[in-house]
Amino acid sequence: MENSNTLASVKIIHDLLPQKFGTKGKVFIGVLLAFCLVGLFAYYRQLRYGLVVTAMRDYVSWGIYISNFVFFVAISLVGSLITAVFRLANVEWSKPLTRIAEIIAVAAIIFASLIIIVDMGSPERFYFLFLYGRIQSPIMWDVIVITTYFFISILLLYYPLLPDLKILLRFKEKSGKGLHKLYKFLGSYWKETPQQIKLGDKAINILCITIIPVAFSIHTVTSWLFATTYRPGWDSTNFGAYFISGAFLVGAGSVVVAMYIFRKAYSLEQYITPKHFEKMGRIVVLLALLYLYFNINEYLVPAFKMKKSEEAHLTGLFAGDYAPLFWFAILTGMIIPIVILLFKKGRQPVPAFIAGIMVVVGAWFKRYLIVTPTMLHPFMPMYNVPESYHHYFPSWEEWAIALGSLAGTMLVITILGRIFPIIPIQETINEQHETVA
Amino acid sequence: MTQDNNSRREFLLAGLFAAGAAVGCSPKKDVFEAGAEPGVQASGKKVKLLSVDGKVIEVDEAFLKPVPELPPVSNSEARLGIAGKKFVMVIDLSRCKNLRKCQEACDTMHHVNPGQHWVKVYPMQDADHTSPYWEPTTCMHCDEPPCVKVCPVDATFKRQDGIVLIDSDRCIGCRFCMAACPYSTRVFNWAAPDISAELAKLPYSCETSVPQKKGTVGKCDFCADMTRKGELPHCVSACPNGTFFFGDMNEDTVSNGSETFRFSDLIRDKAGYRLMEDLGTKPSVYYLPPVSRNFPFEPAVDSDLKNKL
Repeated sequence: MENSNTLASVKIIHDLLPQKFGTKGKVFIGVLLAFCLVGLFAYYRQLRYGLVVTAMRDYVSWGIYISNFVFFVAISLVGSLITAVFRLANVEWSKPLTRIAEIIAVAAIIFASLIIIVDMGSPERFYFLFLYGRIQSPIMWDVIVITTYFFISILLLYYPLLPDLKILLRFKEKSGKGLHKLYKFLGSYWKETPQQIKLGDKAINILCITIIPVAFSIHTVTSWLFATTYRPGWDSTNFGAYFISGAFLVGAGSVVVAMYIFRKAYSLEQYITPKHFEKMGRIVVLLALLYLYFNINEYLVPAFKMKKSEEAHLTGLFAGDYAPLFWFAILTGMIIPIVILLFKKGRQPVPAFIAGIMVVVGAWFKRYLIVTPTMLHPFMPMYNVPESYHHYFPSWEEWAIALGSLAGTMLVITILGRIFPIIPIQETINEQHETVA
Repeated sequence: MTQDNNSRREFLLAGLFAAGAAVGCSPKKDVFEAGAEPGVQASGKKVKLLSVDGKVIEVDEAFLKPVPELPPVSNSEARLGIAGKKFVMVIDLSRCKNLRKCQEACDTMHHVNPGQHWVKVYPMQDADHTSPYWEPTTCMHCDEPPCVKVCPVDATFKRQDGIVLIDSDRCIGCRFCMAACPYSTRVFNWAAPDISAELAKLPYSCETSVPQKKGTVGKCDFCADMTRKGELPHCVSACPNGTFFFGDMNEDTVSNGSETFRFSDLIRDKAGYRLMEDLGTKPSVYYLPPVSRNFPFEPAVDSDLKNKL
């Protein structure tokens, strides 16, 4: 018995140690880097010439930068769901997914902060927010909660990593000099004394409890950037809950996608099993139904009344210029994934992966539809302005920056998955021991 | 800026001397003589003047100097506004025939970017069978300004005299104020403003809103520099039909330059109203309904306005 346990541990460690990139991995990194570089070049042009390089004008003064920001904030919420909510609820099966979720959360929140700076007309004055900040402004609330969330997420990624770092330090040969130094810097003080373990567990518990209200805050406050204005489509008391439900959905969808890719890339079939896809599939279906419920509230209740100020906006979405995109987002982001995942066969790894991709893509366009069409329906008529003010379609610079930021997020996720064990090693060993015992 | 400050100090000092003379502390030399350019001799011809404290005084004509143009106030003074004032505008829709002279004057005086306007003139029709009319809008200078509420860095602010201004040296260009404003008043400097290099080099003044800067928001400022001088905003004086009235609510008078009314009488007699009252923004701009119109509504003829009605 004792013998088989140690064997199992050796095998687990062997399977889960970070692996060097293969050719595919290198190509993937190269492609992502290329996207980032094009995005950086576009941003250089924007810094030089101003926001005039975007397609935003006085009416559509917020475009895909803002919808991309909302998307990033949304996706980062998953860290709190999988790690904190499941941990506090003693959900055992989710343990191999916690690190994936936390890595996604950290990467997304980093790029949420970056993209909001990209949207600023005078980014060199960013520090004014700290020098002259007005606490009455919802933007300041966002700055405060996003910064808080960023640090809690980092810590929630870091603390559970400590036992794994101790294991990683044993394999200097395998990890190479640079990484070994990094592991030493991050984790050499962790001796796994009973006192340290007690402190670590306590810290993780505290973080898990605090991250839940902060996570709710980041997305509620982000929804308030819109809901605190008078504009049709934004002027809603439903917005906080609507945004949070959507955020959990896209986050869970992104975890399914990442699970599938990491499982394939690092041959983790024994650790991320069909059981995990089955369970995550159920969660995605539940969240998609919840989000659909909020969408029905958000669109059909105003549509029943058809107030004059809402009419142009709503008909534009249902049957006008934005109808193809709107129905695409509703179908791809909610209806089709619900249909796929309601069936047991749909919760197999491959169909669940496809449903996950649909959820994420649908969610990105959904954010675009929340931001842009509203801005094209101001209270005063659009009149006597240059032709370009009447429409909005992102310029190549905006696409390049948006895609660059998405690539950057994936790059951070990939690199963190290269440096650290994507599945917690120590926890897997502990779990193995428990089941064997 | 330093030069401005110096000239301002000199000006104030001169004022102090004048006041000193007026209250009668008698220096050996006449203060006006002391303050005169070297080499200027008394002509012996006296002029009677009213001193600051209301006494009639006599000054030799040769020592008279024109009062220099008041230097612009500093941006921290501009943030406070003028004590005891509450500026208000009344726009009489029965007088507007979409000449857009107001817009031209405003664009010129504030060097507004081509294609953008701070004063806008909209063709409005409230319902299918109601009469169309032209509606000029400025910034509403709301008493509950949604733009000021959302600004994260205090770049746009409400003064004690009711004017809402922008400090372009403070604005970070987040454009939250543009999303918050229901009147589509605000415009953004998407590129570097289309102004001369000398103008662009000047220090920014909150009261003139000049020079505009890349990556910041701009809007109608009720010509705060003109009102400080006791003059009318440019749109008001530019309108040949006297559509715009401007004044101080505390004095209860508004004027379009040639006619002056009691504000309260005008609003009461002509059933004045404000735009989007239901939003609770409490604008400082009042409208008089387009009744008994001086001009019939004629759709715009300019090529750029055609087909947009």
